[in-house]
Amino acid sequence: MSELNRILCKSRECGDYNLLLNSIPYANSLGVYCKQFGNEVVFALPKREQNLGNPILPAIHGGVIGGFMEIAAAFHLMIFLETDALPKIVDFSLDYLRAGLYRETFAECELTRQGKRVANVNVTAWQTKKTDPIALARAHFLFSRDENQS
Amino acid sequence: MLHEETWNNDPQLHGKVGRFIGSLKQCKELQMQVMTASPRGLELELPYSNTIVGNIDSGVIHGGAITTLMDTASGGSVLCCLPELELCPTLDLRVDYMRTAMPGQPIFARAVCYRITTTIIFTRCEAFQRSPLKPIAHCVATFMRIGREASPQWFWDQIEGKADDSPLPQGGEE
Repeated sequence: MSELNRILCKSRECGDYNLLLNSIPYANSLGVYCKQFGNEVVFALPKREQNLGNPILPAIHGGVIGGFMEIAAAFHLMIFLETDALPKIVDFSLDYLRAGLYRETFAECELTRQGKRVANVNVTAWQTKKTDPIALARAHFLFSRDENQS
Repeated sequence: MLHEETWNNDPQLHGKVGRFIGSLKQCKELQMQVMTASPRGLELELPYSNTIVGNIDSGVIHGGAITTLMDTASGGSVLCCLPELELCPTLDLRVDYMRTAMPGQPIFARAVCYRITTTIIFTRCEAFQRSPLKPIAHCVATFMRIGREASPQWFWDQIEGKADDSPLPQGGEE
C-alpha cells in the first residue's frame, strides 16, 4: 500500500481529510484546510503573505486561487466518491470575477457529472459572501484504473 | 506553434519583467525566474521543489503550481508585448494538462500575446520540461486593460528599476 493510500485510509477512518491535505506538500504550502458539515465540505485558504500576487491592492496570486480550487475539486471527489487514488486533472477553466483580497478565502464544489472514468466538477470561491464569488472554476478529472499509476 | 519560435532576449525587458515577477510574493516563494524576455513573448522557469509536490508517492509537482507558473508567464507576456508597461488583471484562463510532469526537473513556460485590442489581451502559453516538443500543459487566457494610470507611480518606478533601493511599501489589510 502506498503512503498516500495509507493516509487516505486513515483520513476515512477518522473522518478528517485534513490529515491527507496536510500530507500533500503543495496544499500544505498554501495552507489549505477543510471542514465537513454533514454531507457538505468547505475548503479554506488562510490569509498568508506568501500567497500574494499583486502588491498594490494587495491581492492573492491568481494562480494560488486556481491551485486552491484545483485542490478543493480533487478532494471533493476523493471525499464523496471514495476513490482510492488522487484523481488526475485533465483540464481546468477559471473565471476571475473579483480580486482575491488579502483575507481568508473559501471554496465549495459541486459534482456536475460523474461517469465511469471522468468526472466534471464546478468550484465556487468566495471571501465575504458565497453569493459574491471571487472566482468560478470547472474541471475534468480522470480516475486512474491502476492506483499505482502516477 | 510556440516552440518553433526563437526569441532574442531583451536585457532591458528582462530586467523589467524580472522586477515585476520579483514583486509577486508567491512567485518569490516558488523561486520563479525569467529565462527569456522579448517583445514577442516570455519564457519563465519554475524550479523543482519538494514544497510544491502534489503526489507524495510519485513526487510529481501539483497542477496548481503549474497553473501559477502559466498565469504568471501569460501575465508577464502582456508586459513584454505592450509598447508601454500596463498592469492587466486576468479575466479567465483555461489549462489543459497534457502529460504528467517528471519529478526532480524544472518546468518552463513560454507565453505569447496573440491578439491585443484596446480593452482585452489574448494569450497562449505552453509548459514543458526537457523538450518544448513535449508540452506538459497548455493554457489560454484573457487579460483586461485597465490602463497604466490604474497602478500607482511608485510601482512603475520599482518595475522600471528607478527605485531599486526603496523596498516595496507594505500594502494595507484591504
